[in-house]
Amino acid sequence: MSWNRKHLLDIESLSPTEIRTVLDTATAFKAVGERAIKKVPALRGKTVVNLFIEPSTRTRCSFELAALRLTADVINFPAEASSLKKGETLKDTARNLESLNADIFIIRHSAAGAPHFLARFLNASVVNAGDGAHEHPTQALLDAFTIREKKGRIEGLKVTILGDILYSRVARSNIWALTKLGAQVTLCGPSTLVPRAFEQMGCRVTYNLEEAIADADIINLLRIQHERQRKTMFPGIGEYASLYGLTKTRLTGTKPDALIMHPGPINRGVEIDSEIADGDRSVILEQVTNGLAVRMAVLFLVNGGQGPQEVAA
Amino acid sequence: MSDPHAVLILDAPSIQRALTRIAHEIAERNERSANVVLVGVQRGGIHLARRLASLLTGIWSHPVPVGSLDINMHRDDLHQQLAPTVHPTQIPFDVTDRTVVLVDDVLFSGRTTRAALDALSDFGRPRRVQLAVLVDRGHRELPIKADFVGKNVPTSLQERVSVHLKEEDGEDRVNLVKT
Repeated sequence: MSWNRKHLLDIESLSPTEIRTVLDTATAFKAVGERAIKKVPALRGKTVVNLFIEPSTRTRCSFELAALRLTADVINFPAEASSLKKGETLKDTARNLESLNADIFIIRHSAAGAPHFLARFLNASVVNAGDGAHEHPTQALLDAFTIREKKGRIEGLKVTILGDILYSRVARSNIWALTKLGAQVTLCGPSTLVPRAFEQMGCRVTYNLEEAIADADIINLLRIQHERQRKTMFPGIGEYASLYGLTKTRLTGTKPDALIMHPGPINRGVEIDSEIADGDRSVILEQVTNGLAVRMAVLFLVNGGQGPQEVAA
Repeated sequence: MSDPHAVLILDAPSIQRALTRIAHEIAERNERSANVVLVGVQRGGIHLARRLASLLTGIWSHPVPVGSLDINMHRDDLHQQLAPTVHPTQIPFDVTDRTVVLVDDVLFSGRTTRAALDALSDFGRPRRVQLAVLVDRGHRELPIKADFVGKNVPTSLQERVSVHLKEEDGEDRVNLVKT
């Protein structure tokens, strides 16, 4: 068996085999979503807590639907209307929820390491749904799943990630997943948002957009994270769109079968033109479909994970 | 093969004869042959379902649809063990109002069959479901009985029935292994 983890906290600590196990499992769950009856009893009687301390619609809905399709009961815990606002600590909140016999916690938090923190004292499984600018593992897994499904492989492919890399947890998780699976990753964007330090993760860094996308098999665009930006780092929306926005003209200089990906939500006219987002090379909506299958696979796998497990600090 | 605790209970010709007999029994039981579809339970059952389908095609002179069913999402012991490897379920036909012959390699507690019946009901409402197994080793824990059996093998709970099929393992043989 190639999966015995109780938690999914990050991609960095996964082996290539473990990543492939998630992708293979997701293939089976994707087929469930295509049936008339889109539900299986794999998590019947289990309770899943959606602990979203940072706003999210698509990821929360995707996890919620994934849990429901596995027949789990789901508690949604939005931070805005919660006791966290009344001064309760994250630890106390999580312990209280665990006292309701919750089995799996899905957490999104603005602080990097929050899921690891929970995993250290909870008996339940913890799944990271995005922690600060650190990681967003299920996004990387669904991106890898989409690439493998479309291209038949990941090894040897050239993947260009474009945009705000510095503040992006999607970029970090994608870099880990793709390099572990043998892809060559190129990062591109304004120099303030794409520090050379990323070369240490095994990526190529370039500030020349045309060169970055010329021979790419996959172009993965990232949303400009307005909420994480500091003004000094970002050139301004108009300037960003003119220098790094993916336009039809720029797309003519790429491989004809290059796929366009975006984790959403997209800012039309900023990082991507509408006709590209809606064009036949865009797999943006398929990523959403695949996200559900991947999250079902992750919940299924961590539910089978063994007893207490050491979490590195 | 060289395992001193393994006793051969079915060799390749015996497996072939058993499948031929089961195919004829299926044909005898089901006069409306156009209604019959075979569904193999992952993994061993799938190869057996394909072989039975080709034998039935010979008897009925028309193709017999074959699907595969993975029951791991419907197991009742998921909380007791590591998440099992799941394979895609492929049933490329409507099972509603058809006669579905479930095919598995070994019938033991009956729990796999129970899960398969649940999984199957997500795909439609078959007219009837029949069960064909290569080996029935007894020790049922649920009220389930096979319609077609290749060989009944009395076993103890300390033994394991190990089915090797040429599609996966390069040879056909069934061993009884002392554990």
